[in-house]
Amino acid sequence: MAKQDLAGNAMGKLTHIVAYTSIVAIVLIFLFLFLEGAGIFRFEDPVHLFLGTEWQPTSENPRYEMLTLIVGSLFVTLGAIVVGVPLAVGCAIYLSEIAPQWLEEVLKPAIEIIAGIPSVVIGFFALVVLAPLLSQIFGIPSGLTALNGALMLAVMIIPTVETISEDALRSVPKGYRHASLAMGATEWETIKNVIVPSAIPGIGVGVLLGFGRAIGETMVVLMATGNAALIPTGFLDPVRTMTGTVAAEMGEVARGSPHYFALFMIGCTLFIISFGVNLVANHLIKREER
Amino acid sequence: MAERPIKISSKGISLWYGEKQVLFDISIEIFVNRVTSLIGPSGCGKTSFLRCINRMNDVIPACRVSGQLMLDGLDVNSQNTDVVDLRKRVGMVFQTPNPFPKSIYENVAYGPWVHGENNRSKLDAIVRRSLDEAALWDEVKDDLSKSAMKLSGGQQQRLCIARALAVEPEVILMDEPCSALDPIATAKIEDLMHKLKEKYTVVIVTHNIQQAARVSNYTAYFYLGKLIEYGKTSEIFERPREKSTEMYLTGRFG
Repeated sequence: MAKQDLAGNAMGKLTHIVAYTSIVAIVLIFLFLFLEGAGIFRFEDPVHLFLGTEWQPTSENPRYEMLTLIVGSLFVTLGAIVVGVPLAVGCAIYLSEIAPQWLEEVLKPAIEIIAGIPSVVIGFFALVVLAPLLSQIFGIPSGLTALNGALMLAVMIIPTVETISEDALRSVPKGYRHASLAMGATEWETIKNVIVPSAIPGIGVGVLLGFGRAIGETMVVLMATGNAALIPTGFLDPVRTMTGTVAAEMGEVARGSPHYFALFMIGCTLFIISFGVNLVANHLIKREER
Repeated sequence: MAERPIKISSKGISLWYGEKQVLFDISIEIFVNRVTSLIGPSGCGKTSFLRCINRMNDVIPACRVSGQLMLDGLDVNSQNTDVVDLRKRVGMVFQTPNPFPKSIYENVAYGPWVHGENNRSKLDAIVRRSLDEAALWDEVKDDLSKSAMKLSGGQQQRLCIARALAVEPEVILMDEPCSALDPIATAKIEDLMHKLKEKYTVVIVTHNIQQAARVSNYTAYFYLGKLIEYGKTSEIFERPREKSTEMYLTGRFG
């Protein structure tokens, strides 16, 4: 008995340590990013850094202003949300409410496989197949645009958004559904007016996590969006994202140079954005549980 | 026994869940503006039969029904019968209170609204009438926008009754409506049933024999998927014809 208690105690301690490790890791990563990035404030004041639109780190008179990159990232990400969320939520509704069992067993793994495709493969597809297609369809010189990246990211966020939305829909009590049907509402009216509204907080969490997934995605946007550091005027303009910038430029900067600091500050900003999004998602989950 | 018009007439209803037969050849006539209770031990098929009346068994994929069930002139099991229409005429209240996570008002207005009623003042009137008929109006009239989830269990169940009444059904099916409620809330709902029968035909499934005796005019005793005995509640309770009925009513099994 005592021996077992001892073992249980040790396991408890161990899981404690493991749990704290992740918190410590997050704090350390943030501190590392911030301290490495803070050096940029010696070369660029915060207002220009975050709100200026000139990203010219290698010119004679270098400027390190991130707004273009932030806008680029938000553009592609919001585009991905606009395209991907309806698809994912539609899938979730179909799978949880309508599809027969056998079809569910085929579709579900198919959606999960999307999550397993290496992003470089999706990027390659965007570069070689989708971009020429877009350039043909819209009559633009290059298909490497925000739209190209957004469409690919839309596909990539589907598994995340679909899985979480489906869970939310499935956890709507059966009683709601029965009550609505018993009142003479059709299957579709029941889904639209009762089941989906009841699952909205959960679907919201799915969308937020999809947002986090999309804004952090690197390889696809690097390959698909053209990487021109200009504020886009529409989805047919090329954009340059925060992640793409860090990935493309980090290999070539001298450690301790202003450019190096600027890239770390981009990383830090990204971290804060996705941390914030996750925080909101968590808050929603907690509120739901109450 | 046929002292008043028949509302529901079942002829030879049998029901299967997959291979398993759950109801055997049920024939019964349910009278208009009366409370009829279906009693019997667990698994005897009384709830399955109740769900035949508004075709809620359609929701269960492997369920199959044979036989004829008439609601006035409507052949309920016919291919041509519009289930949506049927369920407007036959409302249902479930075992556990299941209000939607919406406001009290929205819960009651849901049925008429989904059937196309958009006029706010008409909806207001329907909500008022339904809550009144469900004996809930006085308790909630000050805050109809309150979430239904904040009501007590008994209030929730009366809200569910109000929600069912809002589409002006002719029949109300109640599937053990008090099994999740405390005695005081149960008493309120039993009182309500006496009033409801003035306007509606009520069919209730109950596990509580005393409840059947208190609320119903007619009682049907089910056992192992068969209708064993059916008649006026007073006769069933005082002079059961079947041995099985007597044993169940005296608590020797069930």
